[in-house]
Amino acid sequence: MSTPEHGLAPIDPTGNAAAGRLHASSPSMVICEHCDTVHRSRALARGETMRCVRCGALLARYHALNADGMLALVLTSLIVFLIANVWPVVTLGLGAQQSSATLWGTILMMWEQGAPLVAVVAAATLFFFPLNKMLMLGWVLLFARDGRRAPGFAPIMKTLFHLQPWTMTEVFVLGALVSIVKARAYFDVQPDPGIWAYGVLTLLITVFSGIDLRRLWDATEQDA
Amino acid sequence: MSRAPRAQELGIIGCHVCGLVCRTPAGDGAGCPRCGAALHRRKRNSIARTWALLLAAFILYIPANVLPIMRTVSLGDVDDNTIISGVVELWIKGSPSLAAIVFAASIVVPMTKFLVLGTLLLSTQRGSRWALRQRASLYRAVEFIGYWSMLDVFVVALLTALVRFGFLSQVEPLPGVVFFGLTVVLTMFASMSFDPRLMWDISDDD
Repeated sequence: MSTPEHGLAPIDPTGNAAAGRLHASSPSMVICEHCDTVHRSRALARGETMRCVRCGALLARYHALNADGMLALVLTSLIVFLIANVWPVVTLGLGAQQSSATLWGTILMMWEQGAPLVAVVAAATLFFFPLNKMLMLGWVLLFARDGRRAPGFAPIMKTLFHLQPWTMTEVFVLGALVSIVKARAYFDVQPDPGIWAYGVLTLLITVFSGIDLRRLWDATEQDA
Repeated sequence: MSRAPRAQELGIIGCHVCGLVCRTPAGDGAGCPRCGAALHRRKRNSIARTWALLLAAFILYIPANVLPIMRTVSLGDVDDNTIISGVVELWIKGSPSLAAIVFAASIVVPMTKFLVLGTLLLSTQRGSRWALRQRASLYRAVEFIGYWSMLDVFVVALLTALVRFGFLSQVEPLPGVVFFGLTVVLTMFASMSFDPRLMWDISDDD
């Protein structure tokens, strides 16, 4: 029954693993969200991942960071996010004239230029969602360091879950690169601190995306 | 290998928000005892909702490509760019590799999403056992690449904000970019509303 190459074993249907109490919490069970297969989980070692035996979806991955480490990562991201938003991303020069744009300048320009829908989508996916994600995650982690659940833990975790696919910082960075190359044909282009900050932010977000936030449910006790 | 059990057969259900495994409650839609999110064996009306969102996205994708997304004014010269003419211009005057990236994000990714989700919907509706594992990875790929299509929308927004030299040079957004942004958002909703577990519901022995 064991499948060591996947680092997990499917639950024996005749066994008692599933026959717990009503609403039993069973951290030892993992259900694949992509095909509904039930697995028995075990602790992963460094570099190990757990994949579904039926459909091959990633179920879990080892992560070295504890709550302290994650909190440090969130605070770093907040600082970098501040830099990315205060400084302009790019400056264009045409003769003696210069023009630079920050993220908010870009959003306001779209609003004024008759594309308010685009402005709203950009403001949400590039500013409000990432900022909320970092603040909420920071709040939850602040308490999770001592194994406690922050006030509002459940609604915050639910919101974080729904925000997950809607932050697009990485796409914005690639968009900035494309814009720079396009503009270079006609203008003097000078990258500003904002673009570097966004680059760093993209790296931090990549580290984040490897973290399974659901672990926080098992790692914390009820109530703050 | 012996057949791995599925949650539905065992009468258990996994919470999609916190991952808690619960005994299936009396009615679908009851709250998770740990986080309070509604528990569903399967996403509600998954097939119909995904079809609706996918078709809406496809309809909007037509004006997104036909209408220009950006106007460049230079010394009184007006030049309107569509998605594809922007890619061509980038290929000629800028960098071919970035042109390829923009082409992939704006044309290949949305088209792939339409084709893949359409195929998944049809094969799932017909209860097909064909290439189940491959279809499962195809779905995961579509979920993963979805939001990169936003690339061109951000390029138009940035250039609009950057190129402000009045009569000498100016960039304005045109309606095509709005349709394109809506297409991306709708395809993202479409892939989220598809329930890949439905593909496996017909196959008891695989």
